[in-house]
Amino acid sequence: MKARVLIRPKEGILDPQGKAVERALPALGFEGVEHVRVGRMVELEAADPERLAELCEKLLANPLIEDYEIQTL
Amino acid sequence: MIWGVIQFPGSCDERDALYACEVASGEARMVWHEDRDLGGVDGVVVPGGFSYGDYLRAGAIARFAPAMEAVAEHAAAGKPVLGICNGFQVLCEAGLLPGALLRNVELRFICRQADLLDGDEILSIPMKHGEGRYYAPDAMLDELEAKGQVAYRYADGHNSNGSARDIAGVTNEAGNVLGLMPHPEHAVDPLTGSTDGLKVFQRLAEHA
Repeated sequence: MKARVLIRPKEGILDPQGKAVERALPALGFEGVEHVRVGRMVELEAADPERLAELCEKLLANPLIEDYEIQTL
Repeated sequence: MIWGVIQFPGSCDERDALYACEVASGEARMVWHEDRDLGGVDGVVVPGGFSYGDYLRAGAIARFAPAMEAVAEHAAAGKPVLGICNGFQVLCEAGLLPGALLRNVELRFICRQADLLDGDEILSIPMKHGEGRYYAPDAMLDELEAKGQVAYRYADGHNSNGSARDIAGVTNEAGNVLGLMPHPEHAVDPLTGSTDGLKVFQRLAEHA
């Protein structure tokens, strides 16, 4: 089964990458863009989709600092 | 005391760590990351660098190396484990130390000499990293402070990566596993300006 995992910094954790992107946008003429957060996206094919959450907890995300969301495709 | 220094693909400070261990205690050897056996060393250094290219997250892949299973057993037995920079990130990812290291608050790679507080004593030790902002939830930070697990803090004006509560290094509850972002192995010879790094190695010697 194909799946996509979205990983983002947990709410409340300062995301300097998101801030840097946000600060750069007005210089390019994009006004009014706020709350930019930068995360990661992993696409994979899993033989056993039941284990996807475990795989995310153990490797793809660090649950202390990141939230993840599994989308099956 | 014999130190072993783990060598991962992408490690870059393992030779300095080996030299520092030799200066600190006389004997040290390299341990290949695929070795499941630490060869009877008394203490282990997980060195700095960019193990496995920092892919995914710094330290995330290295924690699954065969040598890390042995390091976990070594730590559980109460023996000394020192994680420096990338090694600190690896130990946090492996759950051997609390917390995590995030991208520096200013996004820049930092390379400078830093003053660290060890209680009232100031140690002058270089730091060089892009992801050294120590983070743990507030409740965990309170617990670390209450249990005396904060080993080193950046002195006033030296917390350039934005670490929570100026934390530069922490230990596990037993005190035998220590991780820090600055590089004590680069501060063991008067030629490079400071020998304060030796005190970090000596701190762990009592657990050998």
